[in-house]
Amino acid sequence: MENYHHGFKLTQTDNAIELFLLGEWNKQSLPAIIEQLSSVSFNQNSLHIDFSQLRTCDSSAIIYLISFIKKFELNYKITLNNMGKFEALYILYSNYYTPIPENTIEKDYAYWLKTIGIYTVSLYIETLRIMNFIGEVIYYLFVSVFTFKSIRLKTMLNHIETSAVNALFIIGVTSFLVGIVIAYQGSVQLEKFGANIFIVEMVSITMFREIAPLMTAIVIAGRTASSYTAEIGAMKITEEIDAMKTMGFEPTLFLTLPRVFALIISLPLLIFFSDLVSVFAGSIVAYLDLNITFTEFYNRMKDTVELRHFLIGIFKGIFFGIAIAMIGCYRGFQVQNNTTSIGKYTTMSVVNAIFIVIALNAIFSVILTQSGL
Amino acid sequence: MEIVEVNNLSTTFGNNIIHDKLSFNVEENEIFGILGGSGSGKTTLIRQMVILQEVQQGTIHVLNQNVSTLTLKQSQVFKANVAYLFQFGALYSFLNVIDNISVMLKEYTHLPDDLIQTIAYTNLTMVGLPLSCAKLYPSQLSGGMKKRVALARALAMQPKILFLDEPTSGLDPSSTQSFNELIVQLQKLLNLTVIIVTHDLNTIKNVLTRFILLDKSIAFNGNYQEALNSEVPFIKNFFKHKD
Repeated sequence: MENYHHGFKLTQTDNAIELFLLGEWNKQSLPAIIEQLSSVSFNQNSLHIDFSQLRTCDSSAIIYLISFIKKFELNYKITLNNMGKFEALYILYSNYYTPIPENTIEKDYAYWLKTIGIYTVSLYIETLRIMNFIGEVIYYLFVSVFTFKSIRLKTMLNHIETSAVNALFIIGVTSFLVGIVIAYQGSVQLEKFGANIFIVEMVSITMFREIAPLMTAIVIAGRTASSYTAEIGAMKITEEIDAMKTMGFEPTLFLTLPRVFALIISLPLLIFFSDLVSVFAGSIVAYLDLNITFTEFYNRMKDTVELRHFLIGIFKGIFFGIAIAMIGCYRGFQVQNNTTSIGKYTTMSVVNAIFIVIALNAIFSVILTQSGL
Repeated sequence: MEIVEVNNLSTTFGNNIIHDKLSFNVEENEIFGILGGSGSGKTTLIRQMVILQEVQQGTIHVLNQNVSTLTLKQSQVFKANVAYLFQFGALYSFLNVIDNISVMLKEYTHLPDDLIQTIAYTNLTMVGLPLSCAKLYPSQLSGGMKKRVALARALAMQPKILFLDEPTSGLDPSSTQSFNELIVQLQKLLNLTVIIVTHDLNTIKNVLTRFILLDKSIAFNGNYQEALNSEVPFIKNFFKHKD
């Protein structure tokens, strides 16, 4: 026989157990009660539960009692005595009592096969969607070029400001630092051969042709692709995009194209800016480290560095801009109506955008070099 | 016993006066309604009661404690005693339905896991949802279902005070009916005090023991029958179309 202040008291006779519930049964006292009750062994075949000394009983406790009773119901004759004020509570909760459902998921034997299937189908659907999206953009691109009025000039300028003008500082700083690093490392090597003056070609060509476009595009991919995805994703969640569709405002025309145009225009300009800053940084290193004056540096650049290197960099920028803006928008439209998906698709858009920029750059590099440019 | 005591509460947003010296009490075991037109500060008022919004002037006492001066520890205890049903459910989108219902029990009690699950499933059945939606995520539920899950979540902890912000908006009439019946039944059996912000006539008529009507100050304080008999033009106008 045991006695607890909040808990229960047991009286055992030959063929029946009397269980007196005592004191307060609630969420706080329940864990101890459960532990003590589970250590009791019931050998008799009928169980009387007495509620007369129970002061309070909250919903968790009554649910526990019901589950306790259900467990013993099969083998025991159970009677509930002196329920009093708890009767209604007991009845209400037994009506709604729901045990944990058995796990109905069948064992999957061909799990890996199923996984491959699911991935294949989703890859196929994703490809179709991307094609559809690109098609839509191209279609509305032509529509808006032929009917000039439908270009959202104001929105476009707004996007140019937020994604290009506001990025000038960060692009300036990174270009300056990269320019210094490349020139500095180069100057150490060139000095060994006494080929100091070649620092001009080295810095200018690598910057114009490869580094400045790539770096600018990566900064913009991190900065702008993410913001496009988050903007459009938030609009998707607040049903603004659905509202636009019902009003006959084509989202591609109103949201995607202004962003694509904004980057087509601004990315080449940003690359030009990056060219200026990084080559200037290179000339500073050349002056300090190799004693090449600024006049010498720029005169030689004018003589030996061909214009095509510069133009190739700018030209690549147009494609990077299209890719970044389209990826940002495409991922934005994929956002579903829950809070985690904005984060998911924003991450995806940045990763995709950076990857595509690097891949495009590699393709351009091979094609242009092979064709002798 | 007074569960909530509001004294000379004034709230302004910019130049816009929302509450002008409100004073009223909510008694224990009441189902108390807060009514008023759009923008009359109903939600603001109950948000202030659960310390989601700051009290600007006047005092609010909930469970005999001034809500503006609670220490961190006191507010933890306070929060275990109140539950708030948000207008659109505010379910955690990263948890499934059952985990949403059992999250408070998991964090604040030492109950065994299978009992917590059973409590969650029982509450799910209680608010009238099928077992098939137990493993769904909030984004896969309809607006009405979200609300029911939110109610189940609020009930699972068995609070002393239950705050409901427009619990029946967006529910179909028969669901509203059963929702109302459930609230009345639970209030009686679990000794809850329920504070409801509502527009629903069915709720006003059949559920509320008393309500206040906000119009900057308190335009009316009493029950439905008294409101119908009132001669004040604003109150007559408010209930004009509701018969």
